Order: sequence, then C-alpha cells, then structure tokens
Amino acid sequence: MSGFWQDATERLRANPTAVAALLLMSLVMLLSIVGPWFSPNSAEALDWTQVASSPGLQHAHWFGTDRLGRDLFVRTLAGTRVSLAIGLVATLVSLVVGISYGAIAGYVGGRTDHLMMRLIEILSGLPLIFFVIFLTVIFGRGPALLFFTIGAIGWLTMARIVRGQTLSIRQREFIEAAIASGAGTPRIIVKHVIPNLIGPVIVYATLTVPQIILFESFLSFLGLGIQEPRASLGTLIAAGAGEMEAAPWILLVPGGVLAALLLCLNIFGDGLRDALDVKER
Amino acid sequence: MTTTPTLQIDNLSVNFAGRQGPIPAVREVSLRVAGAESIGVVGESGSGKTQLFMAAMGLLAGNATASGSVRFEGQELLGASAPVLNRFRGSRLSMVFQDPMTSLTPHLRIGAQLAEVLLHHRDATRTAAWSAARDMLRRVRIADPAHCLQQYPHQLSGGMRQRVMIAMSLLCNPALVIADEPTTALDVTVQVQILDLLRSLRSEFGMALILVSHDLTVVARVADRILVMYAGRVVEASPAAELWRAPQHHYSAELLKCAPSLSGPLLARLPTLAGQAPRPEEVAAGCAFAPRCAAATEKCRRELPELRGSATRQVACHYPVSP
Amino acid sequence: MIGYFFKRLAGAIPTLLIIITATFFLMRAAPGGPFDQEQTLPPEIVANLQSAYGLDQPIWTQYGRYLGSLLHGDFGPSFKYKDFTVTELIAQGFPVTLELGVIAILLALLIGIPLGIYAALRHNLAADHASMSVAVIGIAVPSFVVLPFLGLVFGIKLHWLPVAGWEPDSLRYLVLPVIALALPPLAYIARMTRGSLLEVMRSDFIRTARAKGLPLHSIVLTHALRPALLPVAGYLVPAVAAIMTGSLVVESIAGLPGIGRYLVQGALNRDYTLVLGMVIIYSTLLIGMGLLVDLLYVWLDPRVRQQ
Repeated sequence: MSGFWQDATERLRANPTAVAALLLMSLVMLLSIVGPWFSPNSAEALDWTQVASSPGLQHAHWFGTDRLGRDLFVRTLAGTRVSLAIGLVATLVSLVVGISYGAIAGYVGGRTDHLMMRLIEILSGLPLIFFVIFLTVIFGRGPALLFFTIGAIGWLTMARIVRGQTLSIRQREFIEAAIASGAGTPRIIVKHVIPNLIGPVIVYATLTVPQIILFESFLSFLGLGIQEPRASLGTLIAAGAGEMEAAPWILLVPGGVLAALLLCLNIFGDGLRDALDVKER
Repeated sequence: MTTTPTLQIDNLSVNFAGRQGPIPAVREVSLRVAGAESIGVVGESGSGKTQLFMAAMGLLAGNATASGSVRFEGQELLGASAPVLNRFRGSRLSMVFQDPMTSLTPHLRIGAQLAEVLLHHRDATRTAAWSAARDMLRRVRIADPAHCLQQYPHQLSGGMRQRVMIAMSLLCNPALVIADEPTTALDVTVQVQILDLLRSLRSEFGMALILVSHDLTVVARVADRILVMYAGRVVEASPAAELWRAPQHHYSAELLKCAPSLSGPLLARLPTLAGQAPRPEEVAAGCAFAPRCAAATEKCRRELPELRGSATRQVACHYPVSP
Repeated sequence: MIGYFFKRLAGAIPTLLIIITATFFLMRAAPGGPFDQEQTLPPEIVANLQSAYGLDQPIWTQYGRYLGSLLHGDFGPSFKYKDFTVTELIAQGFPVTLELGVIAILLALLIGIPLGIYAALRHNLAADHASMSVAVIGIAVPSFVVLPFLGLVFGIKLHWLPVAGWEPDSLRYLVLPVIALALPPLAYIARMTRGSLLEVMRSDFIRTARAKGLPLHSIVLTHALRPALLPVAGYLVPAVAAIMTGSLVVESIAGLPGIGRYLVQGALNRDYTLVLGMVIIYSTLLIGMGLLVDLLYVWLDPRVRQQ
C-alpha cells in the first residue's frame, strides 16, 4: 500500500503546474494569516485622509484604500481568511455528511440505496441558488442560512463516490469473506473500504473547497451572504465592481486574489487526481 | 519466375513500452503468404498472434513499436504514412475482428457502415454503394438483406453481425483477408456456419485468408497451411494435413492431443497441457517452451532454437518429435 | 419517436406541478409577510392590504386561485413593484435574459466542442496542454470576476465595448456579458469533449473504421463524435442551470434589464408572487431543456430507444 502513495507523490512532484499551484496557494494562505502583522493598518479603520488612494509601496497603504478609506491590503487578507475558513469548514461538513450518506447507501443497498440515490439525483438537478433564494424569502438573511446552504454543496459528489466504492467493495469482499472466515466482516470492510476511499475523497475534498469559496463569494456578491462591514472576497469584489472606472484596484486586488486562489486549488486538485489516478465517476 | 507474394513479413518484432523496459509481444516473426493461400495461425493468448497482424495493418496501440518489414503486394506497410496505409486497408487488405458487437459502430445503420467502404475506396455514388452492400449481404447468406441494411448493430444477432463484418471486408475484392478470432465470441453452432461461410467465400472470391485462433479445431476447417506460435515466435510451420498426422514441435503435439474430438473414443479425462504460457516479459533465454516440455534438455534452456526445415515444413526445436 | 417524446412530456408535467405546489406552500408557510419590511404599518392597514391581495383567504383557496390564474398566463400582482403585475415584469425582462442565455450556451457549445476535439487530436502535444490550461481558468474563475475584468480591459482601457448598459436590438452591450457567462460552461465542455473523445477513439469500432482505410476526419466526425458527445449532452441541463445562476450576477454588473434581478430582489423583499413566478419560469426552462436532451440522447445513441 505504501508503494501506491510513493508512486502518487512522485507523479505529483513530476507535475510542475500542480506543484506551482500548491506553492502559490500555500503562500496566499500563509499571507492571509500572518500578513496583517506586517502592516500597521487595520481592516476596519477608516482613513479619511486617504479615501480611494491608489496602491504603491511607498504609500501608507500598500494596496490602496477603498471608497471609505479602509486599507485594501489588510482588508483583502481578512476577506481571504473568511473565505478560506468558510471553504474549509464547509468542506469538512460535506465530507462528514457525504461519507456517512454514501457509506450507508452503499452498505445497506437495495431499496434504501435506490431511494437515497434518487434524492441525490433530484438535488443535483436543482440550481442551488434557488434554494438559497427560497430560504432567504422565508427566513431572511443570516449567517445560519449561509452555512446551511454552503454546506449543501459538495456532499452530493462525495456521497456518490463513497456509495460506489462501498458497493463494489461489499460485493467483492463479501464473497471472499464468506468463503474464507465468515466472521469479521466489519473488520474487513474497515480494512479495505477506508484505504480505497482515501484517494477519491482527498481529491474531491480538494476540488470542493474552491467550489464552496466560489459559491460563498457569489452569494456575498449578491448581498445574500456575508454582510458589510465584514469582509469576504465576494463583498470586496462587489464593492470594487462599482468603482471600476475611477479606482480599478479596489476590484483588481480582491478579484485577483480570488481568481488566483480558485485557480490554484483547481489545478492542484486536478494534479492530485492525476497522481492518484482517480477516474471521473 | 517468382511472383510478388501477397504478404511478406520479415523479422517483425513488436514491443510494448513498460515501466521497467520494453515488453516484447512478437519476436522476429517471418511469414509469407503467396497467391491465394489459406493460412491458420494458432497460439494461446499472449503468443503474439494478434499483435503480429495489428502491426501489419498499422493498428498497433500508441505505446507499441514495431520493427522489421511488412510488404503487401510489394509495398512496405510498416511505418508507412496514413494516406499510404489507407489506400490498402479496407480495399486490397482487410481485417475481420473478434467481437462483432463492439466492432461495429453503434449509432450508424449497417448499410451506412458498409457503403462507406465503397464511397471511399471506389468513389461510388450512394445508390451504387448501398446496392452493392445489399448484394454482399446476400452473398454472406443474410436472409433479408434490404431490411438488414436499415438496422442498427444492436438489433442483429451475433452471427449476423459477424457476417456483416465479413461482408464489409470483401466489398472491394481484397487480395488478403485477415480474420482474428472471428468465431470466438459466437455460439458453437454459429461458429461452424461462419467458418464454412469463410471457406466457400474463399472459393468464390479467390482471396488469400489468414485465420488467427487459439482453437485448433476452428483453424482445421479452413486452413491449408498452419503456423503455430508460442511466446511471440513461430515454432512450427507446416501444411495442415501433415501437422495433424505428424506434428514436429512438442507444443504442437500437445495442442493436438488437447483438441477434443467428438469422433474419437470417449475419454475419462480430457488431456490438458501442464503449466502456463510465460508472460511476455518473463521469457527467459533459450526455448520458451522448455519449462513445460517433457523432452527438454539443458541445451534447450540455454540455446534458442532457430526455425529450420524445408521449404514447406519448418520447426524451431532442438529435438523435434520423431514421426 | 413521437410516442417517446410525449411520454417524457407527460412525465414532466407532474414534476412542474410539484415544484409549483411546493414553492407555493413553502412561501406561504414562511414567517413574516411581504408587508413587514416597510415602516411598521398600523394593523388595520396591513389587514386591508392583505385582503386586497387575497392573503386573508384560506390557503387552499389561494392555491386554487393561483393555479387558475396561471392557466390564463397571469402570475398575479407583484407585491413590491406596485404598478406592475408579475406577468408584465416577466414580459419586459424575459426576452433579455433569454437572449443572453441562448447566445451563451450556443457559444459554449460552438467553441467548446471543437476546442475539445482539437485538444484530443493533439493529445499530449503543446496545443493540448495549452488549451486545457486555458480551460482551467474558465472553470475556476467566477463570472463576477471575469466580467468586471473584461469591462476594465475592453471597456475602460481600450474603449472597444461598452462596460454596462443596454439598448434594445443592439448586440454590443451583450458581448462582454455573454463571454463572461459562457466561459465556465465552455471550458467544462471542452475538457469533457476532449476526455470523452480520447476514450471513444480507443474503442473497437474505431479500430474497425481504421481497418477500413477511412481517413481520420471521417473517422472522428462520422464514427467517434456522436458517442463522444454523450457526456456533453448529459451536461447540458446543468450547463443551462449554471448559466441561469450566472446571469443573476452578470445582469446586475452589466446593468442588463433581465429577470435575474427580480429573483434576488424578490427574495430580499419577500415578494411572494414575484419569486413564485421566477421559480416557475426557471423550472419550466430547465424541464424543457431536459426534454430536449432526452431527444438528443436518442439521436446520439440509437440503443436508448429500446428502453
């Protein structure tokens, strides 16, 4: 089994784009955490003397300021932290939900499995935004809503994969186990299902994070997610879009960071998928 | 006076790219098809018999390389460009594959798949092409040719699909048809029908036929001459009748013993050949069959036997079976 | 074939009905109402408003009346946009959104598929890696980042195209929004086509086509393309859904008078009838798209007809 991981690591290392993506995104993440220490400014402080000033390393504000005079460097980093946090937490949630759902469906099989998969089919078909709209109409805006809807992405794919794997393992091991020992089926399943699952789960978890970050930014952009004055990359971009003509950096900085982050996560996820040789469905 | 042989293969080797180096599937095989002969190529899976002709047709997979020479009617095919190959493939030289279900395009009607051969090679009109296709379907003994033309592959039985494949291979009156395990995917009763069809078509069309199979009984119905392959090499070449009577290579002898015959005495146990053919990457020096051969000596394990003999019969063995 | 179509159609209608019913009851069941947002009104006025809009009737009566008016094409009055009925709002905005969406999906298909084919045929060469790298950008970067960026470059710096705004019968205002909207599905389709075609080219029937001496373009177009497009056909409905979602944002940034803004505004304002109308429109579109895709499947793979 360790040979498998060695092969995979080698393949990954041989993929320069994926490695570059990994480095860049680690850099961005690191910066978002420690970056603000390097700057004397804070994310909320309004500097009326420097409203909408342009970026420059000699200036007080390295990336410039926004319409309210807030430092863009620190604010963007804060927004990145928020987006990343949501991405990671929500991915974890969808991992847990998806794996449990898929494992149960695959293991129990039969009608239950059929029903559970039908549910996933229906849910996959509906654009998530409609759910969000619904819930906003009913419950108004709020952080709980945000977490719920964001957690609703990603678990579908995870569930499907886990269920597929569980099904095939169950069929295989069952027969062997029935012939061999009869007892210890749960142990066999734990010993064989988990290792086979790790690969696809890691890949899809990596690819789910950018999906979630994207959706959260999307919602925040529309005004349905994170609210001002809290910063997320989505709200920052929304503010920046309005100032495009006069002060393009207000858009470019958070937009660039979001694009880079999503790009790197996707490229790395792809590279991971190739290295671990995970097929699409 | 020597006429150009229909097919002349010299020292053909096929290697697949492997993790730890090239894996040889075919090792320096030479063969010759003259005029309108019918040749059977027999061997287990892994003997290289399929890859040999894939290489000849230019149909090798991307990770395979071939070296040597393949001359068809004098034209070198190995390494030839696609336009050159396409002049011969499907018209002068055609191939029938093993599994007719997956070998026919699922979304095109039978008529379309047949007609396009003529449309490309003979520059025929649509009407002429479809009409010729219908005629060919009749000649391969399909009951309702006109109806069959309009059907899709999944609507036909296995036997009918194989007849369609054969029809497709004969449309341009080829000089040589290579049939790679044409009956393996079919029911036993249908197998016999297809083989008889091949034999009578040969007399009707007068083309050379190469029949590749792991099954001696299949080859026996059709071939005049037989090549036995093992681990990527030809180990015996002989006229069919003489092979049944007196096989010279120990592997051929074992194969004959194992071929069940309904006309012979009922056996309590079917004879089997002990051991397994070596995997292509595992073949050691010396004779590849030595590990399984009752008559093997030290010399056999050390020294690779060359294919030796007369013009009509050759064998690659240090101690051929004495008649 | 016709029978198959009608069977699918018959199956689609109950689905639509379920969606309408579920939406209707969910919204009515929500706490709060459409008049809560405004400055707190005295209860008598609220009651009057409720009765004027028929909100004080028993819920089943409301449902029945709503269905009835739907059959007449009447989506009811908008609670927030006082002077307009939902039908009027839809009539104004729908053509714009439709134009945007249709051009976007067509662009995604007409560029995405050939791009995928090109990459597949140049497998592992520079062209393959290059086009697939560009495709990743399309997939990863969201349209609400791409559009302002495009506007910045092509609108503000180069002055080639308008950044925002709208003029009926003028395509210039649609160019940038369409590109931003089409980019993610385009990229997805290109990658999908490439992967699928590569796999199909390894099939036995392609080997037969080669053995028949057919030229490569013939093999790809006649034999390989249709099976290779099966996954793309399966992606069409999610692609349309993605374009719908994207249009919400694109319309807002580009100032296009489509119906996207009604959905979001309607949600924020708790405008029941408006949101209901929007959901019905979007659902009908998706379900209709699903029907089209079913028909497409039959053409791509005749074996489907048997099922």
